[in-house]
Amino acid sequence: MAQTSASGISKEKPTAEIIRKKLRHRSRPGENIIQAFLFLCGTVSILTTIGIVYELGKESWLFFGSTDVDLREFLTTTTWQPTIGEFGVLPLVNATLMTTFFAMLISLPLGLGAAIYLSEYATHRTRSILKPILEVLAGVPTVVYGYFALTFMTPLLRSIFGADTVQIYNTLSAGLVMGIMILPLVSSMTEDALNAVPRSLREGAYGLGATRLETAIKIVVPAAISGIIAAFIIGISRAIGETMIVALAAGSGPNFTYNPFAAAETMTGYIARISGGDLSYDTPDYNSIFAIGLLLFTITLGLNIVSRRLVAKYREVYE
Amino acid sequence: MNRPSIFEDNQKLAEHLKTRHRIGIFWRTAFITSIVIGLLALVTLILNIVNGGFGYVIIENKVDPDLLASEPLDDLDAPELAEIMRTHISPNRLRAIEFEMALEERSRSDLYGMVMERIVDPTIVESYTLIESIGKYNEIAAFAAAEYPTAEVVFRSWLNQQFLEGGSSRKAELAGVRTALKGSLILILITISFAFPIGVSSAIYLEEYADGKNKINRIIQTNIDNLAGVPSIIYGILGLAIFVRTFAPLTSGSIFGVEGESGRTILSAGLTMSLLILPIIIINAQEAIRAVPNSLRQASYGLGATKWQTIWNHVLPYALPGILTGTILAVSRAIGETAPLIVVGASTMITSDPNGPFSAFTALPIQIYNWTSRPQEQFRNIAAAAIIVLMISLLSLNATAILLRNRFRRQ
Repeated sequence: MAQTSASGISKEKPTAEIIRKKLRHRSRPGENIIQAFLFLCGTVSILTTIGIVYELGKESWLFFGSTDVDLREFLTTTTWQPTIGEFGVLPLVNATLMTTFFAMLISLPLGLGAAIYLSEYATHRTRSILKPILEVLAGVPTVVYGYFALTFMTPLLRSIFGADTVQIYNTLSAGLVMGIMILPLVSSMTEDALNAVPRSLREGAYGLGATRLETAIKIVVPAAISGIIAAFIIGISRAIGETMIVALAAGSGPNFTYNPFAAAETMTGYIARISGGDLSYDTPDYNSIFAIGLLLFTITLGLNIVSRRLVAKYREVYE
Repeated sequence: MNRPSIFEDNQKLAEHLKTRHRIGIFWRTAFITSIVIGLLALVTLILNIVNGGFGYVIIENKVDPDLLASEPLDDLDAPELAEIMRTHISPNRLRAIEFEMALEERSRSDLYGMVMERIVDPTIVESYTLIESIGKYNEIAAFAAAEYPTAEVVFRSWLNQQFLEGGSSRKAELAGVRTALKGSLILILITISFAFPIGVSSAIYLEEYADGKNKINRIIQTNIDNLAGVPSIIYGILGLAIFVRTFAPLTSGSIFGVEGESGRTILSAGLTMSLLILPIIIINAQEAIRAVPNSLRQASYGLGATKWQTIWNHVLPYALPGILTGTILAVSRAIGETAPLIVVGASTMITSDPNGPFSAFTALPIQIYNWTSRPQEQFRNIAAAAIIVLMISLLSLNATAILLRNRFRRQ
């Protein structure tokens, strides 16, 4: 079909082909620029990680270089007294582990119980009311929890166990409040894991005459176990990295002790205290922040990676 | 029926069933108790804060404020307050004050603060929590009459207008959160202006442009997931090393000719916080973009739009409510973060309000941290008041997020 343009000249090719040719040759530099810009933004996150690893590594290197402390002494001795050259990190690690232990003592059972209730027992309406309230617990800033630990939990512990045994700063109080803070995190991740279990498994159990409890405990929880463990590990990682609650309530001053009623400074509390004071660059104190920060980063990163591998593993089973 | 059964008769079966049900009820109660404990903890937390923020105080004034003027001090305006200052402060002191800034130029709240601090000079000798105060007025008044005959017993809400307007002070009775609020505000503005564009752009790249099988893109994705789990104090250390120290000329403003060499400015803190919340914004924005139905994109391509045109005109508007909700959640996380700010160098005692990105600063959570660590009882009270301010801000922010989400969803 011969086509005529507005000027009356008949063209040889159909108009569509001309357009297609024009579009094919039309370069779109704007699109490429935009794509490059977006890619650069994506690399900011990589730069962040590189920055973290580089800075922590560099200053830690300086730390080990300047203070005649070698890695083994750092990780295994139990006194931290920079003034006399002792740099054993174990008191700080021990305090961190103690607060984490108490935190998980609260958040694991309660989180698991809450998740089982929400996923297996609660009606839709109950769940839609209870979940947001638990989320509020998660949204409270950690410094408020620190205030709570200092003004409520410690006096409570002192009235229960006596003001002589319980010091004003102690790891038990900080640990318990940390447990409350982590509870919603553990609960919601566990609940996600439980919800991912296909309904058919539950229906099968009910069909065989199992009670709700038996279905939950013997069928659903084992099926979701890797997700549940992943949730626990994330909770532990969160507890290890927590700063404000322990800075306010656990104590300021490294102290290697197994007594939960005594004051002891954690790794994060130490970093907060040292950097909050007068800080001159390139002193052993300054560099020690980075060494401890590197230790902290390695531990939490390791835990997070393990947790994610577990989650990926259980996701495969049902797809 | 000759079917073999592990139970000899139906009665044993019924008993066994009853036991199973009883165990079931026991554990069901246990699970419910877990949730109840969580709720109880929340209620206790709130009550504890409110308990600290209100109560009776025994207050001793150096000069009785009622004797200063015919009306209560709160009703006086600036010129009248200035007049009181002229009559009650010694000429030398007055000259020093006027040298800094003339009385006429000062704001009303500034003058009020000075009158309270220098003339009235209240000292709270005892303070009581709300629980200790309810119904105990007579006992407290008797105690006050015995120990502090010149003092009076007043019911004080530590969260009052003077608290919101006043600046920092060494005395708990006079301290206010204005400086901290301004610091937090500027901090959040800087944080959002960096984190939002970069975060949303990264999310767009990862969802729309990145080939999921490409090695680099997978590394970026894993990296972001890892960063979301890094403790916040590590970000503080990063900010200290890079923004405060390495980039000190930039963050202290000396490149731009601003005075001051320390990198411990709001700018450093804002950049640090934006790195902190960047992974959260990216992950949330990714989910929002992922939720856009593919048919929308295909329709746009079918009409001849380019990739960016599709994204800008169709995908982003559709995903915007989700992106905004995620951003607001990230911001409410940033408002409450304290640890990175401590490391980056928030001042715990600064006297003047921050006036730009290159000033030293404090923030509301830092103020709470500082006041809570002091041993005196009064500082606990104002810490509680500051916490109330913080929680109300967070609540309104989250409520806005939920409202936004619902409103857009209806459309």
